[in-house]
Amino acid sequence: MHDNLDINIEQISKTEGHADLEVKVRNRRVEDVKLKISENKRFYTQAVRKRSYLSVPQFVSRICGTCSIAHMTCSNEAIEKCLHIVPSKQTILLRKLAVYGMMLRDHALHLYFFCMPDLFGKDSVFDFDRTDEHWIKQAFLVKGAGNNLSKVIAGRAVHATYERIGCFSHIPPKEKIHELINELRSVRNYVLDLIQMFFDQTFKLERTTNFVALVTGDFSFLEGEIHDSQGTTIKEEDYWNFLNLVTSPYSQATRFVYLGKEYMVGALARLNLNRTALHMETRKDAAKFLNIFPSFNIFHNNLAQAIEILHCVDHSIQILEETEFKEESPPKYDIHGGRGVGVIEAPRGTLYHMVELDNHGRVTHANFVIPTAQNQIKMEEDMKMLIPQILDRSKHEIEHELEKVVRAYDPCMSCASHFLRVKWI
Amino acid sequence: MVFIELLNERYSRWKDLVDFRYFRTLKSNNDMTDLDIAFVEGAISNTNEETLVKKIRNNCKKLVAIGSCACSGSPANQRNYFDKSTKEEIQFILDRFGHREKVSLLSEVIEVDDTVNGCPMDENVFLTKFDRYLREFGVIA
Repeated sequence: MHDNLDINIEQISKTEGHADLEVKVRNRRVEDVKLKISENKRFYTQAVRKRSYLSVPQFVSRICGTCSIAHMTCSNEAIEKCLHIVPSKQTILLRKLAVYGMMLRDHALHLYFFCMPDLFGKDSVFDFDRTDEHWIKQAFLVKGAGNNLSKVIAGRAVHATYERIGCFSHIPPKEKIHELINELRSVRNYVLDLIQMFFDQTFKLERTTNFVALVTGDFSFLEGEIHDSQGTTIKEEDYWNFLNLVTSPYSQATRFVYLGKEYMVGALARLNLNRTALHMETRKDAAKFLNIFPSFNIFHNNLAQAIEILHCVDHSIQILEETEFKEESPPKYDIHGGRGVGVIEAPRGTLYHMVELDNHGRVTHANFVIPTAQNQIKMEEDMKMLIPQILDRSKHEIEHELEKVVRAYDPCMSCASHFLRVKWI
Repeated sequence: MVFIELLNERYSRWKDLVDFRYFRTLKSNNDMTDLDIAFVEGAISNTNEETLVKKIRNNCKKLVAIGSCACSGSPANQRNYFDKSTKEEIQFILDRFGHREKVSLLSEVIEVDDTVNGCPMDENVFLTKFDRYLREFGVIA
């Protein structure tokens, strides 16, 4: 049993980006937990000023590689709202498919490659032997299906090129549609195996919190209103009335409170608040798993992600089967000043892009609220609750348990970095 | 990120050919010593990163910069081009977190043997060079 303990983890592994963790325990009481997101600020809020609205979505998609399609889609929506551009129904369907491809690939990366080694008691997927290697093969096939969906629909899986303000520059060729449908069908059973795996895992950390998510009618992550667990409903354009920015002297990421308190966004929030909107086939085949929700167990965030993968597969198949994509003219619009707010569900939670343009279409002000920044306070509070329960374990085990909690959130410190670290002092 | 996507179709081949010694995105136990090749992404914004890449350089035979930030500095270096008032606006953050005065591409800080540019990096160029290095180090014929 540790009476006094100082932890300083540098570079947490198997997460997106850089973060460190500091813990201070005195007389078995947790005095401090600091999750220090050390990813360098690149000052997009400042750099986007004076840019033409036309270049903004591609530019801000560089905020993150793995969820670049989310940033681009959200930015397109913000500009469309500002300039009163109404995308066609086909454009909305293509956007749903693009986001599904990203969600599928991103969740699969997190679940198979970051979390699954914890379930098997291994350091990494490289350590899986022949007995368990079928999981690795399935992982690449599921992730590959998401990649290919993004490539056909949006041009690329990372920093896609077809999605534009108000339209798509390309429509998917018919022969590729059939290939996509077949590929998505071929991985569906693997996704059900993945759901079962995360349903069977026994990790548990429960703490009551307020969940917040964009509630969409077809669980497409794109359109709807912001809901919370307390029953509050917020229009997208009013988001800033409910969020408060909290700065921290030790973390380069801005953090947020919702109505003055910590909250959680992400797959667990979406399943807790909107699971009845999942695709019919998903609800049917995942019925026994869905009974677990609503849940406060943070490790059920990973189960929720696996169920979301199934939804992405099922709804994508339906859209691809039912839609005949045709060439369309881009919508016409006038350039004028104004303010637009885009809100979508990115893989890790609700993403907000606000843009203000002058009469020449140049950005005068912008604001981006990133999901991981919204979860940062809750992550620390969860670890404060957990640490007293595991003080009888070795330092190494405590570190590992804390890293597991961080990984359960699937935080994205940035697109291009590779570690979370814990350092003992 | 693109490298992980490339694993989709190449994992089984590369797993038998390559010993991934330092790969924090996928591994907790990492070893940076005595590397044949290091692929490094990202620009250098603070002094810790400068120290780290110098350590990598001292522990590898070949160092390849991958991606636009590492090869050209952009877009991570956009603060280098801010006007005076914007620089003043962000200065407290630069001071608080030990940022360098300017963001640098890798070759301004360490010797770089090769590059794969692009945002994301050009995967075909990467694959060609990757195979070339496998041959150079005698891993494949």
